[in-house]
Amino acid sequence: MDWISWMLPPGASTFARDIDWLYYLILVITGIAFVVVEVGLIWFLVKYRARPGRKAHYTHGNNTAEIIWTTIPAVTVVVIGLLSGGVWNNIRGRESVPADAIPYRVHAQQFEWNVTYPGPDGQFDTPDDFTRRNQLHVPVDRPVVVELTAEEVIHSLGIPAFRVKQDAVPGMRIRVWFQATTPGTYEIGCAELCGLGHYKMRAVVTVHSQAEYDRWLGQQSTIAASQ
Amino acid sequence: MATIAPPVEHAGHPLVDDRSFIRKYIFSTDHKIIGIQFLLMSLLFLLVGGALAMVMRWQLGYPGRPLPGGGVLPETMAPGGVVLPEFYNSLVTMHGTFMVFFAIMPLLVGVFGNYLIPLKIGAPDMAFPRLNMASFWTAVPAGILMVAGFFVEGGHASAGWTGYAPLSADPEYTGVSAGQQLWCLSLIILGLSSILGAVNYISTVINLRAPGMTWFRLPLSIWSLFITAILVLLAMPILSGALIMLLFDQTLGTHFFLPAEGGQPILWQHLFWFFGHPEVYILILPAMGMASDVIANGSRKPIFGYHSMVFAIMSIGFLGWIVWGHHMFQSGMNPTLATSFMISTMLIAVPSAIKVFNWLGTMWGGSIRLHVPMLHATAFVAMFVIGGLSGVFMASTPVDIYIHDTYFIVAHLHYVLFGGSLFAIFAAITFWYPKMFGRMMSERLGKIHFGLTFIFYNMVFFPMHQLGLHGHMRRIYDPSIYDFLKPLGGLNRFITISAFLLFATQILFMINFIGSWFRGRKASNNPWDDTGLEWTTPSPPPHGNWPVTPRVYHRPYEFSSPLVEEDFLPQDRELDTPPARAGSAPGH
Repeated sequence: MDWISWMLPPGASTFARDIDWLYYLILVITGIAFVVVEVGLIWFLVKYRARPGRKAHYTHGNNTAEIIWTTIPAVTVVVIGLLSGGVWNNIRGRESVPADAIPYRVHAQQFEWNVTYPGPDGQFDTPDDFTRRNQLHVPVDRPVVVELTAEEVIHSLGIPAFRVKQDAVPGMRIRVWFQATTPGTYEIGCAELCGLGHYKMRAVVTVHSQAEYDRWLGQQSTIAASQ
Repeated sequence: MATIAPPVEHAGHPLVDDRSFIRKYIFSTDHKIIGIQFLLMSLLFLLVGGALAMVMRWQLGYPGRPLPGGGVLPETMAPGGVVLPEFYNSLVTMHGTFMVFFAIMPLLVGVFGNYLIPLKIGAPDMAFPRLNMASFWTAVPAGILMVAGFFVEGGHASAGWTGYAPLSADPEYTGVSAGQQLWCLSLIILGLSSILGAVNYISTVINLRAPGMTWFRLPLSIWSLFITAILVLLAMPILSGALIMLLFDQTLGTHFFLPAEGGQPILWQHLFWFFGHPEVYILILPAMGMASDVIANGSRKPIFGYHSMVFAIMSIGFLGWIVWGHHMFQSGMNPTLATSFMISTMLIAVPSAIKVFNWLGTMWGGSIRLHVPMLHATAFVAMFVIGGLSGVFMASTPVDIYIHDTYFIVAHLHYVLFGGSLFAIFAAITFWYPKMFGRMMSERLGKIHFGLTFIFYNMVFFPMHQLGLHGHMRRIYDPSIYDFLKPLGGLNRFITISAFLLFATQILFMINFIGSWFRGRKASNNPWDDTGLEWTTPSPPPHGNWPVTPRVYHRPYEFSSPLVEEDFLPQDRELDTPPARAGSAPGH
């Protein structure tokens, strides 16, 4: 029955910590508001149900009450907004991409993800570049930055375990970065309706230890060079 | 704030009605008949939209298994009863399109805007009755074109109800050509219908209020329909313009949204949501207004904080214009812009909270009559709260990264549009049915329908939050191909079964609606002991509504006023005795 809970599944990137924390904060705040309002509603329905001989209390309102229930939500949402703005800047701000991030190119098309790796030299448009379909391999604990493009329609790179989602828009180059924290394999799904094969536009991201990643990269570029 | 008296050509004479059957019931200019025409049409589309959802739910609960009875569907949709991915995408698209544009929007605006505005402000009809007739008869061909899309080659539009370009802009990408064009054409025509209606509602509220019906004596239903009409008038032309550009891209070879020749896919999103977010408030404001009327009646109390409620409606109507970017946080839009859209979106929580607390304030100290409309109206409050609170998650830009385009948003929008709007629509239909048809609906059947709908509704949509929190993408044909979604199969089946039960429950409503029309108990003028002007005229009201234009003396919700013996003071009742003795008036 754990799928009926309000907990998020475990995250595997540095974003997960910040986003999940914010999620739980909002969950607690909205949870309190939910309980207060719904319990109040049910309580009033029972307590003030029509009974013979009792007339309703005739009133048109109360300004103090109006001020209280205007101010409290206003302050609360502004605080949530400010906290969210800070986290957002760390993830998406113009200066947020770490300078040492490993570059990748992901080109989305109906209905596959083409991942181009810069090869061991870390530079694009050199002979050791290679492209793999529906496979993204990254080293653990290293920031990586993906330059996201699309062929014909809008797709969206969704990696739930990394708390990453970014639309790939034809005609635009969009940079999205993340840093994986746990080795393993995770699924990528297209999050934006992109046609009849949208549902099966699936890819896998593999997070390697650094040594394993270097070995894999070496192998792949050797294969690429020999082709 | 001058109140302009409506024309009084009927004054002092009995209302004579010598119109032919066709002018009375088909090409009628009577706002009440037009309201009922819209009601029947949009309930039909509500049924169609619901049926499409059932087919989708089957595929999600039992992927790849033949739909029971699906053998009747053609090979191009579901060979052997198994839904095809392209048909699934059409279902997703058309469920949303029918529900938003042909069910919820006309139910709120077309039906109750038409029916209630003249009756609640004391006018004999709309300001432009023929324009009103044109509005309905423009909506009919739009509906026919939209249904026709299922029968053309290539199938119906399949780019989502949001019609994101470039997917929608070039037939090559979906394989759908004529269907997508019909989708555009139908919505352009429907937009014209909405604009004709909006002009009428605005003019009528401004010009035809009965003597004494000042702005702050207007019921909240009328305030919300008035603000909604302004939103419709300003928002629909934007959609129409965008749709014309899209249609040109599809058919004439323009490239507004196609990047190969310099077009901008994101432009479509900006235009669509610049219309689309006011549209969201078009779909909830009238629901809020009508629920307010019913809650005041059910609680036997004046609306708590009436002026706050009016200003909340206005501020929601205004803020609705500057939040559209919150649909586009992951679109590649400038991230700094996203932050400003987040703040404006968060601010909408404030007037929404004001409204919720004022509804609670209205019930506090009341003498609550739990009649069927009141049950639906309280469910509206309870469910709108959930939809409003889940909105805070998406408004927070970082949290949105995770839940954007997942079932969390599907849960959220259904808590607003079904839990909110549709429960308020059920409240409004059951409340004003006696006025519309002159007969009462069955209270017992109504309570059973309410109870089952409320339970099954929550069984369908509440677990969708959990699907979304596990990362379940929306609009996917077969979730079972993802390992991380496999554990959710049981939950998906639970939702599907609940959805079938929810759909089946609506048969009770249909029985009650149709059966009461012929067999219901005759309704008195004012069966709910209400204060509104519409309850001072016969049920149903004659053509022209009142033999003599009513005069308004009181605020809209004078329930339990100490000035009168009974617990309601109709807006048009002139009190000739000084209020001092009223509290100790002799018994009957």
